[in-house]
Amino acid sequence: MSTTTITPRGRAPVSGGTPAKWAAVDSWTMTRRELAHWARQPVQVLVGLVFPVMLLLMFNYLIGGGKGIAGDYAEFLVPGMFALTMAFGLDATMVAVTQDLNKGVIDRFRSMPMTNGAVLVGRSVADMLQSFASLLVMIGVGLAIGWRWHGSSGAALGAVGLLLLLRFAMLWIGIHLAMVAGKPELVMAVQILVWPVGFLSNAFTVPQNMPAWLGAAVEWNPMSATATAVRDLFGNDPGVVGTSWAAEHAGLLAVVWPVVLVGVFMPLAVRRFGALSK
Amino acid sequence: MTDAIVVEGARKRYGEKWALDGLDLTVGRGTVHGMLGPNGAGKTTAVRVLATLLRADEGRVEVAGYDVRRQPDEVRRRIGLLGQHAALDEELSGRQNLDMFGRLYHLGARHARVRAGELLERFGLGDTGRKAVKQYSGGMRRRLDLAASLITEPDVLFLDEPTTGLDPRGRTEVWEAVRSLVDGGTTVLLTTQYLEEADQLAHRISVIDRGRVIADGTADELKSKTGGDRIDVVVRDAAQLDLAARLLPGEATLDVDRRLASAPVADRMEALTGVVQALRDAGVDAEDIAVRRPTLDEVFLRLTGRAEDGERVKEAV
Ligand SMILES: Nc1ncnc2c1ncn2[C@@H]1O[C@H](COP(=O)(O)OP(=O)(O)O)[C@@H](O)[C@H]1O
Ligand SMILES: [Mg+2]
Repeated sequence: MSTTTITPRGRAPVSGGTPAKWAAVDSWTMTRRELAHWARQPVQVLVGLVFPVMLLLMFNYLIGGGKGIAGDYAEFLVPGMFALTMAFGLDATMVAVTQDLNKGVIDRFRSMPMTNGAVLVGRSVADMLQSFASLLVMIGVGLAIGWRWHGSSGAALGAVGLLLLLRFAMLWIGIHLAMVAGKPELVMAVQILVWPVGFLSNAFTVPQNMPAWLGAAVEWNPMSATATAVRDLFGNDPGVVGTSWAAEHAGLLAVVWPVVLVGVFMPLAVRRFGALSK
Repeated sequence: MTDAIVVEGARKRYGEKWALDGLDLTVGRGTVHGMLGPNGAGKTTAVRVLATLLRADEGRVEVAGYDVRRQPDEVRRRIGLLGQHAALDEELSGRQNLDMFGRLYHLGARHARVRAGELLERFGLGDTGRKAVKQYSGGMRRRLDLAASLITEPDVLFLDEPTTGLDPRGRTEVWEAVRSLVDGGTTVLLTTQYLEEADQLAHRISVIDRGRVIADGTADELKSKTGGDRIDVVVRDAAQLDLAARLLPGEATLDVDRRLASAPVADRMEALTGVVQALRDAGVDAEDIAVRRPTLDEVFLRLTGRAEDGERVKEAV
């Protein structure tokens, strides 16, 4: 038997602290949980950071030299790869949430007097931290292969902000899809679909190199809007600028698209989570 | 004082099938109630409804004086749940799990840590260190799960088949833990497929089948209703089976393949000595003689007039 003091017949305090305080405490507890998972799986964390770097290097050196792009391809490619990395975060979020929902521990969370959404907040904070780290690594590698930013540091920060905003939108789409799909088999299907959507963007090449109908779809892809806006903010070569409305208002779309996506998917996901197994 | 658990006419449907079909249950404070039934009877569904994980389609469900639908948070503050499957974070250590749950019960960081240490010691997990739960044995996992459901010393504790899959030692450990809890005033609702377990632990037992209670009472009441203990005699020579059956007290059933005669008995000791004597006098060569509790199958056959239906096979998870 332990000699430590016995906790008084413990009951979750009913009056101590406001709901907002407990929501913050619970969210922090759930974030700590994700961080503890990282600490136990450093290799997995590392692989997550290395994967987009590999893609970047592959495109730059192996496939390289996007047609129709004057000047240094890295200048064009690197910001596009930033956006792609954020977009592929959808996949990571969805896999993590699906795994979590299929774990027994969710039942315990749900039978406790904790804040309902804290599980989702923990997920969000962890994923955003991971993506931020990933972005820093990508910026480092980008600099190493000759990419530079030419604008002000304020503009560069703005670019990072837009990228994280895109990631935040992907986060909520990912959470929602995980809850709709629910099963690992269906996650596979979505995972496969993420690739063409990611590649149907202007991350690697300008839409002018594509058939007209495809080019139009690409220009309206939220990821393309972010890539274009980020190139603009970093002062990088935008390639051939399209003349469609979407291409000309990329900066606006890079804000509006993610905000709309979050506005749609966050409430859906939160509602769905609250109604789980009811 | 109100009862700890009140269920009236609870129904829950999955597709075409009613998992709960008019379940009634009343459990007094500080008692252990056994819910006995075969696989697929609706035990887990009932527990999940009571623990606010699932919403019943119809009926009244109250736990610790609160309606589970209208005041789930009040219920959650007062219950502990040991589900049929481990509800633990498998990637983390036992200590990390308990610490996390303690924080989520709003004990505060310091208390959560102290409580985690206490519970690990109490359940013999004090030396598990940083080992992740996924590397635990089944018994260790079950004990940690039980520890997790006791973080706040709940008023009402739900145990869904707490010893299924455990070896006899693990089973005894869980039983001990349940007994000491009840001494502390906790109300326990325990589901099981083993009559023996309900008999050992529960003050009252509800036998459930197809989502409703088909019999309830104390273990003794149920046993007298269902024939109580039984004596089994296995003869060496099949030709002597009929003779052996006639020598048993009460109405014997025969299993010719196993050369087994089985009959209900009122008093274990008396029956055993009497039967041994009678068999010896008659010159019956018995390979094995044993007095035992009726199996769930026998209780069932008795109560429903049918063997457990095929659904239990389908519902093996
Ligand atoms: N999620 C579910 N979806 C469909 N049917 C279910 C689900 N959960 C339980 N059932 C059905 O409800 C019945 C009762 O199941 P359950 O409560 O798990 O029984 P027990 O715990 O007594 O074995 C079974 O017939 C089972 O097939
Ligand atoms: Mg069950």
